[in-house]
Amino acid sequence: MNELLLGLADDELVIGWRDSEWTGIAPMLEEDVAFSSIAQNEIGHARAVYELLTDDADALAFDRTPDEYRCAPLVQLHLLEWAHTIARRWLYEVADEIRVTALMVDVPVAAKINREEAYHRMHAEMWHERLRDEPRFREAVTELWPFALGVVLPEQRAELCSRVKLEEVEAVERGTFGDSFAALHDEMTMVRRSAPAGAQW
Amino acid sequence: MVTEAQVWAALEEIPDPEIPIISLVELGVIRSVDVSNDAVHVEFTPTFLGCPALEFMKRAIEDKVPGANVEVVNDDSWSTDKITAAGREKLRAAGFAPPAPRLVQLQAQVHRCPYCGSTDTTLENLFGPTPCRSLRYCNGCRQPFEQFKTI
Repeated sequence: MNELLLGLADDELVIGWRDSEWTGIAPMLEEDVAFSSIAQNEIGHARAVYELLTDDADALAFDRTPDEYRCAPLVQLHLLEWAHTIARRWLYEVADEIRVTALMVDVPVAAKINREEAYHRMHAEMWHERLRDEPRFREAVTELWPFALGVVLPEQRAELCSRVKLEEVEAVERGTFGDSFAALHDEMTMVRRSAPAGAQW
Repeated sequence: MVTEAQVWAALEEIPDPEIPIISLVELGVIRSVDVSNDAVHVEFTPTFLGCPALEFMKRAIEDKVPGANVEVVNDDSWSTDKITAAGREKLRAAGFAPPAPRLVQLQAQVHRCPYCGSTDTTLENLFGPTPCRSLRYCNGCRQPFEQFKTI
């Protein structure tokens, strides 16, 4: 169970970080606000789940080496391209709903997370409706699909396939790290590493 | 010896840090107050988990009720239906459209302009200046307004 929760928290932290990369440069002002707000929620979710595992969420979030993270490769990808970004948001939200819903019985905070995620799903669905016939978007979905499967447990993959209407392929599993994650980890931990001992936030 | 009623009265004086016209009690985030054996225990539940005002609210409670043990409960007990009737009216009067009750929201997308009362409003952005607000536009009085999200 703790392994599942750590994966969930790491996913939420890292996708929050990746979504926040659009702050200030999104293609329209509304999306600048939307991505910033979604990122803030996701990182809040990460913190709430880390707190189930430790008394010091910051230490768990930032004091590990890159290979100790349990985030799915989908969230690690550095995607500053709109079709890929929306494809990831849509695939991630569908996958996230499946695994968070499965946790709700045993983990009260999962139900709270799920309640808030309703707005992320509406946002993702709205963009999916708008872009789904665009070839560039379809290509992005096809490219990211093996990564999306890695977000959920093997027994949850059939449901994910039926929700997004795609055939199951070989998943890119947790525990694999691309080059972009090392750079992201360096960036995420920079402030904490450079702070003087005992600094309070 | 402090009573539970006195603690509730003190908590009613704590404004929401982002929308100070409404108190934490009206916002519905104080889940319970318990006074026993001279110890005060306050259960507090966040609105949105990513809300940056959480720590601020917790500290405000500790300052207002000295010695209180403030427990943050991250379960699913808060929804926008917990905002009190008085709280909703204060929000509306200040130009924030209060959240539609969950049951109503499920049946129909009703969003009323807090300025002119028209329901002819359109969604501008699901996301607004804080996690709990969306942006809408009133076609009746041509006024943009902030809509509390129903969660």
